[in-house]
Amino acid sequence: MESNLSTRDKTWLGISAIPIMLYSIVPILWMLSLSLKPSSDLSDGNFVPSHISWTNYSLILTGGAKDLFLPALANSIVVCLSATVISVVLATFAAYAIARLDFPGKKLILTTALAVSIFPVISLVTPIYNLWRAIGLFDTQIGLIIPYLSLTLPISIWTLSAFFKQIPWEMEQAAQVDGATNWQAFHKVIVPLAAPGVFTTAIISFFIAWNDFVFAISLTSEKARTVPAALAFFTGASQFEQPTGAICAAAVIVTIPVVILVLFFQRRIVAGLTSGAVKG
Amino acid sequence: MSQIHLKHIVKKYGDGFPAVNDISLDIADGEFMILVGPSGCGKSTLLRMIVGLEDITSGDMMIDDKRVNDLAPRDRNLSMVFQNYALYPHLTVFENIAFPLRLAKGAHSEDQIRERVNKASAMLELDEHLERKPANLSGGQRQRVAMGRAIVRSADAFLFDEPLSNLDAKLRGQMRTEIARMQRRLGITTVYVTHDQTEAMTLGDRVAVLKKGILQQCASPRELYDQPVNLFVAGFIGSPPMNFLPARVEGTTLKLPFVDVPMTPDLAAKVKGLDIVICGVRPEHLKDASLGDAKIEGGASFSAAVDVTEWLGNEQYAYIPFEADPSVKAKLDELDRELDGEGMRTQMVVNLDARSRIREGDDAQLTFDPALMHVFDPNSGDCLTRDEDKATQLAAESEADRKRALERVRAREAALAG
Repeated sequence: MESNLSTRDKTWLGISAIPIMLYSIVPILWMLSLSLKPSSDLSDGNFVPSHISWTNYSLILTGGAKDLFLPALANSIVVCLSATVISVVLATFAAYAIARLDFPGKKLILTTALAVSIFPVISLVTPIYNLWRAIGLFDTQIGLIIPYLSLTLPISIWTLSAFFKQIPWEMEQAAQVDGATNWQAFHKVIVPLAAPGVFTTAIISFFIAWNDFVFAISLTSEKARTVPAALAFFTGASQFEQPTGAICAAAVIVTIPVVILVLFFQRRIVAGLTSGAVKG
Repeated sequence: MSQIHLKHIVKKYGDGFPAVNDISLDIADGEFMILVGPSGCGKSTLLRMIVGLEDITSGDMMIDDKRVNDLAPRDRNLSMVFQNYALYPHLTVFENIAFPLRLAKGAHSEDQIRERVNKASAMLELDEHLERKPANLSGGQRQRVAMGRAIVRSADAFLFDEPLSNLDAKLRGQMRTEIARMQRRLGITTVYVTHDQTEAMTLGDRVAVLKKGILQQCASPRELYDQPVNLFVAGFIGSPPMNFLPARVEGTTLKLPFVDVPMTPDLAAKVKGLDIVICGVRPEHLKDASLGDAKIEGGASFSAAVDVTEWLGNEQYAYIPFEADPSVKAKLDELDRELDGEGMRTQMVVNLDARSRIREGDDAQLTFDPALMHVFDPNSGDCLTRDEDKATQLAAESEADRKRALERVRAREAALAG
């Protein structure tokens, strides 16, 4: 992407970005530092651990907290990936219809989606909890995936419909004249063009589901508990010891997929795939 | 190979405004038909109705005597080049051209696809770009890829929607001849939309001139130029455009701003009852009287003050302002607006020989042949000097030319095949 900023502007922007970067990276580094400290050093106040100990990691991966952490990690992965895939697929169709078709109730769908996404989650939890208990969805993975869809679908529909609107109409019309059915025009031309948008949406959806705490703690007990909820159930070796180190180690582990995702898809997100489609 | 018949085609949008109003056209097999008109005349809408991207409000669209009103674009077997090319940016040039073939599942083997794409790319000189993506191509190359995608399939007709308007002037000229050559070579029915009268005149076997959704005249370029039916067509065709001069009718004389012209008895009968008419004189019919070789027998000569001259090397334009009679000023302004003009000052343009010594500020001695002048009714805009016999003759001649060209192509193809 060409930028028409002058070197001076760039330097200035770079310098002013440093405090923001520090502000956001310090808590993460602190978390990393705590996870590497032995429990005796936890409150020594040093930012850099005086000596590195892997006890916290072995505790949650192979030790006493293993049965609490590993199933939760598996649950988190399954639930979040399912919620992401379902919501992206549904949102792709919905957003395509919203971007391309003129149908009554289009505004209503968009405003409802927006309203749902700003609805306070905590107020949904109690009715869902009662309903899930009654119909047997409590403490199941599906019982988490469904409410996660209500969090991820609205934002997916909004970002994707904005993306579809940028793709010129002529692309589909050309495909139709070339002999494509509506479905072929959609999946052979529009979907590849919308790929960067779909990836961006998928990542945002995944993060929303991955980071959720309120649904996870309320709608699960043992079997379907995800990592954010499981962290709350960590206990220290004795009742006088805080499980801070283990929690930090678990938090570092769940942060890793997020970092990998961003690094891996970063190029796809920014790739200007549509350039050259039309005169430009 | 096919004929396209439009029968009383109407397109009304939601607000009831007819973008295309009762247009009937017969496009013959192998004919190059141009739809031309200023912006908003409905020409693109008409093209999109032929290809099926726009619903038809009423009327019949017939391709080879089959009514296609309700067919989806993919079932009409037409191919189209879009104004912005609409190339698929995620596919290579090869795959872009192969796209229509791949959609017809099972119809072509991989080898056949390769062969047909290579043939199209050879014709359009795209061979060295086949593996590139559209984003890395120049405007002209993109345009050729779009044409490749259109010709690779054996479509019944080609449709072009202002394909050259995004190119710079030089490339536009090159691609124009390229399109003409390709159309003749393939001998395929073509409908071409443009707002550029030069493209219309040079490419078309016949040209349909539209204004505000209404067909004004559909004829060969020569007939449009020599025998326009009304003011609008006369003003649209020709560059620089025809000069419209108000003239008072006095007995058998027309009093133009610079000169009096006698009328033939025939014309005098037609203008009877009109106080004032509009005379159309093409800039190229006005000559510099001081150049001896431009002497015209029975020519009307006059002297006028030249305001501005533009020397182009091969010719020279001189601009002569005049005061329009207030009773027709409104009509001339309206006409100018319809032709996408600005309704500025009334002036006469003269297309002089490049040798002419007339310069800005000079009093020029000009002469023209009154027989070449068109006379229009200022109220209806109809041309009063149109010669139907001559028009029919011109139409027959151009149809004969077209058929001869097409036969030559078919003979050559047959010779190649045999």
